[in-house]
Amino acid sequence: MRITCPHCGPRDLIEFTVLGEARTRPAVAVEDLDSPAAVDAFAAYVYDRANPAGIHREHWFHGFGCQTWLVVTRDTLNHAVLAVADVREERP
Amino acid sequence: MTFSAFALLKNAISGQTGWRPHWRKAEPKPHYDVIVIGGGGHGLATAYYLAKHYGVSNVAVLEKGWIGSGNAGRNTTIIRSNYLLSGNIPFYELSMKLWEGLEQDFNFNAMVSQRGVLNLYHSDAQRDAYVRRGNAMRLHGVDAELLSRDEVRRMAPYLDFDNARFPIQGGLLQRRGGTARHDAVVWGYARGADARGVDIIENCEVLGLRIEGGQVAGVETTRGVIGAKKVGMAVAGNASRVAAMAGLTLPIESYVLQAFVTEGIKPLVDGVITFGAGHFYISQSDKGGLVFGGDLDPFPSYAQRGSLATFTDVAECGMAMMPMLGRLKILRSWGGIMDMSMDGSPIIDRTPVDGLFLNAGWCYGGFKATPASGLTFAHLLATGDLHPAAMAYRLDRFASGTVIDEKGVGATPNLH
Repeated sequence: MRITCPHCGPRDLIEFTVLGEARTRPAVAVEDLDSPAAVDAFAAYVYDRANPAGIHREHWFHGFGCQTWLVVTRDTLNHAVLAVADVREERP
Repeated sequence: MTFSAFALLKNAISGQTGWRPHWRKAEPKPHYDVIVIGGGGHGLATAYYLAKHYGVSNVAVLEKGWIGSGNAGRNTTIIRSNYLLSGNIPFYELSMKLWEGLEQDFNFNAMVSQRGVLNLYHSDAQRDAYVRRGNAMRLHGVDAELLSRDEVRRMAPYLDFDNARFPIQGGLLQRRGGTARHDAVVWGYARGADARGVDIIENCEVLGLRIEGGQVAGVETTRGVIGAKKVGMAVAGNASRVAAMAGLTLPIESYVLQAFVTEGIKPLVDGVITFGAGHFYISQSDKGGLVFGGDLDPFPSYAQRGSLATFTDVAECGMAMMPMLGRLKILRSWGGIMDMSMDGSPIIDRTPVDGLFLNAGWCYGGFKATPASGLTFAHLLATGDLHPAAMAYRLDRFASGTVIDEKGVGATPNLH
């Protein structure tokens, strides 16, 4: 399986580490961190996964390459890689 | 129809014409007391124990394909109860005890073979960890023996004891562990459930859940709407998809796990042997093929087939432990979709929807758990209460921080 890294070009699967679903940390103000809503939001952030059968955005780390965190968009039904982007380009 | 020496003899002299199908091809009824989604080992065991132990026989098991076509037929058939944590040991030991009496219980030859499960250790630190695990097992009444290098050598002289990187120092042995024939487990439970009135409905995929006022009312399937006030989900790698029909998000990610079998050879590997310096386990089937597996493929998948990179890794682990493997040809490989939970342990619990129950998160340890999973899930479906042996497998343990993380790697499901 080849992944086309935006920095390194097509590279083998074994160069990468997969973290799983690309999630965004809950936007909670520091003074609200202990609120029940924030606790629930963080529990869901750490543990819950959409786990779709189909299109899935994932965080991958190119450890044996450019050592960049990537957002890989894949189809979990057939392993097709649809897009690979540097995670910094996805963040505002 | 029961199996006995007399029945075998009678059919031997009558041309084997006396055998009948072991379960009916049931048509769905409009309503059941309990619907179990998933006709794998866990779903069928649940129906069997519901009817046998709890007197609930107005039950349907819905299976989208044919029974046993998912992970029940894709595993490496290993049974064991060599766990460390107190949330796990009583459950898996209950399962081991049920395995030991299973064939008499459901009158079917499941080929339960307690040839032993041997975990190799390769360093002082790993020996200490195995001593700790063995002691935890013995404190819970489970058998465990620490073997020296020489004792392991007597059992399996073909291992690479003097491997330069991973010399074998010894092993932790559970003699009561072993293997069982996975298909026969499915068939035995199906036959026993069917005989007690359970409808096993194949080619019936669940498309939606009917929920009225926070209470489950039935399921929508490819064969019409079927009503029930209690619905149990036992769908392994598809747990997230079925739970999503009720608006639930689970602490589960699905990954593919591959397994492999070689050409048949004369008896060589007695029992199950696992590599301690990587992830690799091997046993020999009764047909003679060496059955082995290792790590998951690294990315989430529903594809039921794996990648070459993972196979290469598994083969390298195998060669490091047992170099003679290199002389054998691989006949087949296959993949199953594992419901990897966030702490590596399963979930058997209620859900926020009344009447909807969850049995999921088996990671790649589902086969050995089949009897206890069925019994404890049946207990939950029948009584509404958690079974004493499965108290720890709660859905809310993640939010409350009471996770059961045998491997200690946290919320990284592909590492469990």
